[in-house]
Amino acid sequence: MLIESALLVPTVGALLIGLAGRYPNLREAITLLTALTLFVIVSKLYLALDAGIVIELELIEMIPGLSLSFAIEPLGILFGLVASFLWIVTSIYSVGYMRSHKEQHQTRFYVCFALALASTMGITFSANMFTLFIFYELLTLTTYPLVTHSGTDEAKRSGRLYLGYLLGTSIGLQLLAIIWTWTIAGTLDFTEGGILAGKTSDVVITVLFVLYVFGIGKAALMPFHRWLPAAMVAPIPVSALLHAVAVVKAGVFTVLKVTLYLFGIDLLAITGASEWLMYMAAATILIASIIALGKDNLKARLAYSTISQLAYVIMATAILAPMSIVGAGLHIVAHAFGKITLFFAAGAIYTATKKTKVSQLDGIGRRMPWTMAAFAIASLSMIGIPPTVGFISKWYILSGALQTEQWIAVIVIIISTLLNAAYFLPIIYAAFFRQPAYGESGHYAEAPLPIVITLCLTALATLVLFLLPGIPLQLSQSLVQELP
Amino acid sequence: MISQHLPVLQVVVPLLFAPLCVLLRRHTLVWCVALLVSWCSFFIAILLLQQVLAEGEIVYAMGGWDAPWGIEYRLDILNAFVLLIITGIASVVMSFARESVLKEIAEDRIYLFYTAFLLNLTGLCGVVITGDAFNMFVFIEIASLSSYAMISASQQRQALLAAYRYLILGTVGATFILIGVGLLYAMTGTLNIADLAVRIKEVENTRTIITAFAFFTVGLCIKFGLFPLHYWLPNAYTYAPSVVSAFLSGTTSKVFIYVLLRFLFTIFGAEYAFDVMLLDRILMVVAILAIISGSLAAIYQDNIKKMLAYSSIAQIGYMILGISLVSVSGLMAGILHLFNHALIKTALFMIVACIFFRFDSVLLKDLKGVGRQMPWTTMAFVIGGLSLIGTPLTVGFISKWYLIVAALEKDWWWLAALILLGSILAVIYIWKVVEVIYFQSSNTDSQSSQFKEAPLSMLIPVWVIILANIYFGVNASLTTGIARQAAVYLLGGP
Amino acid sequence: MENLLGLYNYWVAIALMMMGFYIVIANENLIKKLIGLNIFQVSVFILFISMGYLDQGTAPIYSEAYTQYSAPLPHVLILTAIVVGIATTALGLALTVRIYQAYGSINEAEIAEMDQD
Repeated sequence: MLIESALLVPTVGALLIGLAGRYPNLREAITLLTALTLFVIVSKLYLALDAGIVIELELIEMIPGLSLSFAIEPLGILFGLVASFLWIVTSIYSVGYMRSHKEQHQTRFYVCFALALASTMGITFSANMFTLFIFYELLTLTTYPLVTHSGTDEAKRSGRLYLGYLLGTSIGLQLLAIIWTWTIAGTLDFTEGGILAGKTSDVVITVLFVLYVFGIGKAALMPFHRWLPAAMVAPIPVSALLHAVAVVKAGVFTVLKVTLYLFGIDLLAITGASEWLMYMAAATILIASIIALGKDNLKARLAYSTISQLAYVIMATAILAPMSIVGAGLHIVAHAFGKITLFFAAGAIYTATKKTKVSQLDGIGRRMPWTMAAFAIASLSMIGIPPTVGFISKWYILSGALQTEQWIAVIVIIISTLLNAAYFLPIIYAAFFRQPAYGESGHYAEAPLPIVITLCLTALATLVLFLLPGIPLQLSQSLVQELP
Repeated sequence: MISQHLPVLQVVVPLLFAPLCVLLRRHTLVWCVALLVSWCSFFIAILLLQQVLAEGEIVYAMGGWDAPWGIEYRLDILNAFVLLIITGIASVVMSFARESVLKEIAEDRIYLFYTAFLLNLTGLCGVVITGDAFNMFVFIEIASLSSYAMISASQQRQALLAAYRYLILGTVGATFILIGVGLLYAMTGTLNIADLAVRIKEVENTRTIITAFAFFTVGLCIKFGLFPLHYWLPNAYTYAPSVVSAFLSGTTSKVFIYVLLRFLFTIFGAEYAFDVMLLDRILMVVAILAIISGSLAAIYQDNIKKMLAYSSIAQIGYMILGISLVSVSGLMAGILHLFNHALIKTALFMIVACIFFRFDSVLLKDLKGVGRQMPWTTMAFVIGGLSLIGTPLTVGFISKWYLIVAALEKDWWWLAALILLGSILAVIYIWKVVEVIYFQSSNTDSQSSQFKEAPLSMLIPVWVIILANIYFGVNASLTTGIARQAAVYLLGGP
Repeated sequence: MENLLGLYNYWVAIALMMMGFYIVIANENLIKKLIGLNIFQVSVFILFISMGYLDQGTAPIYSEAYTQYSAPLPHVLILTAIVVGIATTALGLALTVRIYQAYGSINEAEIAEMDQD
C-alpha cells in the first residue's frame, strides 16, 4: 500500500490544488499537507527497508513481458527522502516568493509542481528501466509548464531548448538503448550485478553505455547541458526544483541505477566500458567551473556550478570504486541541500533588492545577514570544507579515486575545489567586507519571513548532516555492501 | 440465426440505409440514421471479432454459392481486426459529427453527405471482409467514389480541385488494381483469394504474374498514399470537411494497407513477394523516405490540417516499414500501428474540427492563445500530440516500441535510429502548434479572453477517443495479442 | 512474327492504355483529363475481353446447338467495370461543373494560379 500511496498522494494533491485554485490559503495548505504526507510515507518506506521488509508492487503489464513495477532499494529511498523533504521546504519558500512577487498562474504552478513530484516518486521507486523511462518522460513534460511559467518569448525559447535537449536525448538515445537492452537481455529489471553480463560483446556494451549516459539528458553531461542554463528563466522555486529537488537529481540517479543495476560494476570494470565516462565527466567538471567563473549573473553561475557538481557524481560512478560510489550517493544529498540553499538565497536577494548580478552584491551582507550567512555555509559545502556535508561526500569520492589510483580524477577534484572556491568565496567576501556601491540608498532589508526561514533551515541541514550523516551514509554504504 | 449472416450484414446494413438518407431530408434525422448504422456496424464487428478469436476463420458463401464459383466472405483475425478499426472510427466520428457538419457543409447538401458517408462505410467494410479479388475491386471503387463526393462537400473551393485530383489519381490506381486482377485471372482462372493462393504457385515464374504483381503494388500504393505516390493526400485531407478528414485519415490508409497485406502474404506468398521480387527492400527505402520527408514537410506548414496530413504520410511510412521487415515483430508493429494511428490521427483531426467550429480557422497565425479559451480541447490536442510523438503511456509509444524491437532483431540499429529521428521531428511540429495555442501573443484583443469551449456533443467523443489512446497505451495486451496472432498467421499461413 | 500479329489485341490495349495515361498526365483541361481517364479504362476493358475470347466461341448462354462458349466471367467483370467507369466519369464531370462555377475556368494551371493568391 505504501508505494501506491507515494504515487497517489502527490497526484491527488495536484487534483485538489487545482480545485482549490480560487482560495489561495486553502490551496497552499493543501500543497504543504501533501508534501508532509509524502515525506511521512517515504520515511515509512525507509523504516521498512531498514527492517529488511521487501515491498514490491506490480501495477500492470503494459507490453507482454514488461510491466509497470516498483520496489524499494537504498538508492531509491535516499533520493525519495531528499526529494520529499525538500518539497516541503520548497513549498514554504514558494509561498513566500510567489506571493511577494504577485506571480500569475500560481495554481498552475503548484499543480505542476505536485505532478512533477509524483513523477519523481515514480522514478525513485521504479523496479525496471521501462517504468523509470515512463516517469522520466513524465517528469520532463510536467516541468515544462514550470520552466515556461512566465509565458514570455524568452520563456518560450528556453522551453524549446529544455524540451529539445531532454526529449531529443531521451527519445533518440535513451529509448534506443532501452529497447536494445531489452532485445539483448530479455528483461529490464533492475538486478544486482546487472542484467547484461555475458550477453553480448564488449563493443556493444560500450556503445550501449554511451547511449545511456548521453541519453540521460537530465544529468547535464556535456555536450547536452545547454538546457540547464536555459531553464534559468523560470522563477526561483522552479530552479530549486530543477537543480536540487528533482530534475537533475533524477538524471544522476538514473545514471547510478543504470550503472549499478543494469550493467553492474564488475561488467563495466571488465569491459572498460566506463573509462571514457570518467574523462568526459572530468572535462565537464573543469569546463563548467571555468565558465561559472566568468558568469556575472548569479543564477547562471549557480547553474554552471550544478553542471560541474553533477559531473562529480558521474565521475564518482565512473571510477567504479566502492568508496566513490558511496561518495556519489552522498553527494546527491550534499549537493541537493547546498544548491537549494544557494538558489533560495539568490531568490531572497532578488525579492528584496531586485538584484541579479554578482557585481551588484557588494555590502549586501550587512543588510541581509541571515541570507548571506546561509549562502556562505552552502558555498562551503559546495567547495567541500568542513563542517559541511559537502566535505564528507568529497572525501569519499577522493578516497575512492586514490584507492583505484585514478590520478586524473584526483587532480581534477583538487583543481575543481580550487575553482569552486574561486567563484564562491569572492561573493561572500564582497557581501560582507565591501562597502555598498556609491549611491546605493539601502532601503531594503531581509527577504520575507518564509523565504528566510527555509533557507536557514537548509543551510542548517548541511551542517547537521556533517555531524550526523547517519541515514544518507548508511543508505549509500548499503549500495556497495550488497554488491558481491 | 442472424449470427450466421453477420458477415453479409456488416456490408448490407450501411448499404440499405444509405438510400434511406436520400429520402429523409431533415438533417438531424439523417444524422441519427447514420449514427445508428455506424454503431450497429461496430457492434457487428465486435461480434465477428469475438467469433474469430474463439472459433477461427469464418467463411460465408454469398447466396449459398460455394467458392470458387460464388463470392465468399472470409474473416480471419487480420480482417476482423481491421473491421473493428473502421467501424469503431465510424462510430466515434458519427457521434461527433452533427455540429461540425452543420457548420461546414451547406444545409441543403447534408443529407447527401450522410448518404455518401454510409456508402463509404459500406465500401470499406466490403473491401475488408470479401474473399474475392474482383469483389474487392468493386468495393474499393465504391469506397473511393463516395470519398471523392464527401471531400467535395466542403464549402471551400479548394476542396473541389482536391477531390478532382484525388479522383483522377485514385481511378488510375484502381485501374492498375483492375489490370492486376485481370492478369491474375487470365493466368489462374479464378478470382477467389484462397483459390488464387493455391493456383498461383504453378504459374509463379511467368512474366504475366510479375506484371500483375507490379500493377497491384503500384495501384495500392497510390491508393493508400505511400511516398512518392501521395500527391493527392495533403490537399484532400486539408480541404475536406473536418469530419471527413477525421474519418478518412483513420480508415482509408488502413484498409488499403490491409489489401496490400492480403495480396502480398495470402495470394502471392511471402517468399515470392520478398525473396523473388525483392519488394521488402523497395518498401523499406520508400518507407524511410516517407517518414523523413513527411515529417520535414509537416514542420513547415502553417495550416494545422495540412500539417496533420503530411504527418499521416510519415505514419503510413511507419506502417509500411514494419511490413517491409517481414518478421513477426515487424508485421506485428505494422498491424498494430494500423490501430494506433487510427486512434491518434482521428482524434487530432476531430480536435481541429472543434477549433475550426469556434474560430473559423485552422491557420496557426489565427490561433494564438486559443488554449486559454478552449482548455479541454487544447489539452486533448497535447495528449494526442504526445501520442503521435510516441510518449510512454500512449498508443504511439507501443507502436514505436515494437517497430524498434523489430529493427533491432535484425541488428539494423541505423533503422532504429531513423525511426527515432522521425519521432524527434514529430516533437518539432507538434510543439510548434502547442506553443502557438498556449503562449498568448502580445497583440490579442480583449474579446479573446472569453471562454469558448467546443460544444459538449463534440467534446465528449474527442475525449473518448483520447482516453482510448491512453487506455490502449497502458493496457496494450489486447491489441498486441491480436496483432501478433495476425502476424504469425500471415507469415506462416497458406 | 507470330508475336506481333497473333497478339495484336494486347498491342492495341497497351497503346490505348499509354495514350489514355498520357492524356491524363499531360493535358491541363479538366474535361480532357477525364476523357483520357476513360480511354485508359477502356483499354483495360479491351484487354480483359480479348483475353476471354475463344476462337469460334459464342456468347456464353447455354444452348444445345453450340459447344464452344467464350468465358462468361470476363464479360461479367467488364460489365461491372464499365459501370464503375461510368460512375467515376459522372462524378468527375459533376466536379468539373462545380469547379467551373467556383473558378470560372477548367484549365488546371489557371486554377492552381488562382489558388495561390
